[in-house]
Amino acid sequence: MDPLTSLQIFGNILYQLLPVWTGMAAIFALSFATRRKTALYGKLFDSPIGMAGFALVLFWVLTAIFADAIMTFDPLSQVSGMKNKVPGTPLRGATEQDYQWYLLGGDNLARDVFSRVVAGARIVLTISPLATVFAFMVGITLGLPAGYFRGRMDTVLSFIANLVLAFPVILLFYLLVTPEIRAAGAEIQIWGGKTWITSIPNLMAAALFIFPIIFFCTLWQSKYYTRPQMRNVLVGITLLLGLWAYSGLAFNADPLGVFQMDANKLNIFVSVVFVNSPTVFRVVRGLTMDIKTRDYVAAAQTRGEGPWYIMLWEILPNARGPLIVDFCLRIGYTTILLGTLGFFGLGLSPESPDWGSTINEGRKLLTIYAHPALPPAIALMSMVLGLNLLADGLREQTLRD
Amino acid sequence: MGQFIIKRVGVMLLTAACLTFIVFFLTNLYPNLEKLAKTQGNNRMSDAEVASWLDKHGYNQSTVKKYGEWLGVVPSRKFTTESGTTYTRCSRPDIRPEDAPDYCGLLQGNWGYSSVFKEEVSGIVSKRLGLTGYLMGAVLMVMIPMALIIGVVAGMREGTRTDRTLSTFAIATTATPEYVSGILFIVIFASSKMGLSPLFAEWGLIDSRTILKGSATSAMVDITFVNFTLPVMALALYGMGYIARMTRASMAEVMTAQYIRTARLKGVSFYNIVVKHALRNALIAPFTVIMLQIPWLLTGVVIVETMFNYKGFGWALVQAASNNDIELLLGISVVAVVVVLITQLISDIGYVFLNPRIRVN
Repeated sequence: MDPLTSLQIFGNILYQLLPVWTGMAAIFALSFATRRKTALYGKLFDSPIGMAGFALVLFWVLTAIFADAIMTFDPLSQVSGMKNKVPGTPLRGATEQDYQWYLLGGDNLARDVFSRVVAGARIVLTISPLATVFAFMVGITLGLPAGYFRGRMDTVLSFIANLVLAFPVILLFYLLVTPEIRAAGAEIQIWGGKTWITSIPNLMAAALFIFPIIFFCTLWQSKYYTRPQMRNVLVGITLLLGLWAYSGLAFNADPLGVFQMDANKLNIFVSVVFVNSPTVFRVVRGLTMDIKTRDYVAAAQTRGEGPWYIMLWEILPNARGPLIVDFCLRIGYTTILLGTLGFFGLGLSPESPDWGSTINEGRKLLTIYAHPALPPAIALMSMVLGLNLLADGLREQTLRD
Repeated sequence: MGQFIIKRVGVMLLTAACLTFIVFFLTNLYPNLEKLAKTQGNNRMSDAEVASWLDKHGYNQSTVKKYGEWLGVVPSRKFTTESGTTYTRCSRPDIRPEDAPDYCGLLQGNWGYSSVFKEEVSGIVSKRLGLTGYLMGAVLMVMIPMALIIGVVAGMREGTRTDRTLSTFAIATTATPEYVSGILFIVIFASSKMGLSPLFAEWGLIDSRTILKGSATSAMVDITFVNFTLPVMALALYGMGYIARMTRASMAEVMTAQYIRTARLKGVSFYNIVVKHALRNALIAPFTVIMLQIPWLLTGVVIVETMFNYKGFGWALVQAASNNDIELLLGISVVAVVVVLITQLISDIGYVFLNPRIRVN
């Protein structure tokens, strides 16, 4: 089998990504047709920048979803004789079932670069958005009362937020994401015959992961307290699902074994949430202080609505524009943070195909073999660019109303 | 104004104390100390031996007391070894134990002793900080003018094609962290096999094999265009986008102000409107952003120094953290935290000075 030419490599990659193209075409056609009915999302299709950003993000989301179909090899398996091979090298000793080429070449452990980038997309696109969601839950739950009530609580929370923000990020990561810190603490017995270490990441997880539950319970309680039946059902469902996920994620003791996260990943996840929450807190606090002076808030106060109802059902929905924009930007920033962690070899295991770790592996032989490091670098850049452009498009559209 | 500054300084000192204590606590966790004992003593120590080593070296005291000793507000405890010599954390090989002072912490100028470099921490920190100073200086000199020019040009005529192009460029730079741009730059400019270098060498435009160097180690002795451009550009590019966008927003806002319209109606030329009327007010907001960007550069400095092997402050941080050099890591943290807090203070006070609309009472 002959090596592929550049054009053939390009063609093969395009072909391999076929599910992504189909998905993008379908979603774009549908969204474009209904764009007058879908509020903010539809308006995105009026701005070329927003559309370009949306396309880039959608590309990576669909790549992550269809990763299994797109990957040509197992991202962790090594094939002898494929070490540092240039893009388009035919697979040595390929059988009928195997894919015939290393489309983007092999890395220094003879693994397929193309498959690793695709597998990395899945890891990055699960951790970044999820960590951002948790950061938003923490930031909103604390930022709303701080901005609404002000007073001593605001002083204390703002001081803590500033404390975290004054910490150089990289130093915080070097202190928080280490194998030592995961071992520091007392072992205590919890349910189901499992043990739990009171290490700092674990304690932080226990504290941070409770916020979504508090948020949703308050959300239902403040609106439906006059209709106890409805309230009970909603709060019940929230508690059931929330505590189930909480037991798995924070204590790694889910009785059914659906939710779990290994210590390594949890450590990274918690650190990223911790670093992001104070900024979200400040944004939400600022927005709340601004919106609090509006007439509709005064109207709600005159009606005799409770403070939490006003915060969650009057202020929060009206702050959605800037929050959605910040959410997009923050996912991008979280992706960069994860990449930084990978770049320093902190956290995720070195053979993990996430983009930061792959860049770190690839840079060692960069001047001789550039092909292992370039694809993940470009992937990371294009995804963050997509998110930033999307945020810019959304900002333009929200400002227009 | 005076009261405002005093209050800000007070909050700053409190923050500094809290942050250094957190760093102290995190670096003094038991597993870290255990690792330290094993690297300093010997690798096959039993748990009991580790405990006695830690006890002998004063690591077994409460964290608050240790923090006080490290800060220099609590007298350092004296220890006696089996051979009968006394020492404290102030002792050094060349100082007799009787001469060692009682208090020797940060406040007395004693930053501790690096277990990896076998040197005074203060010496290492000042030397590495000096090297990073050159890098930061070069970055700021490139980054700030570029960012301000892009922002002002984009913001003075909002919505035009120039504005859209420059804004998209600014967005693109904020999506390119140092480790990505560093890799792209090395491949394009500093690889003898790929990018532009083979082409340039073939045409006879360059004498060496690559256009620029992918390693900045030689820049520690002698800074040249060839060895310093790539790290500076990688750092400047990522930081620039944000400042440029803030400048653009600020400029665009100023350009819609009433007094600009008045100037325009009076028939003042566009150049004079921008330079004489708009610019000064438009640059207040970016000043704050630039000051706050400096701490952000720290992460970038660590990445770039690791990537280009420039042995400055960031490189020292990585060495200290990955080798469990507790005293050095603490020293580095203090500097990092102080830099962050001082830039915040300057940005707060500077903003009040620059903006006559704000009155502090």
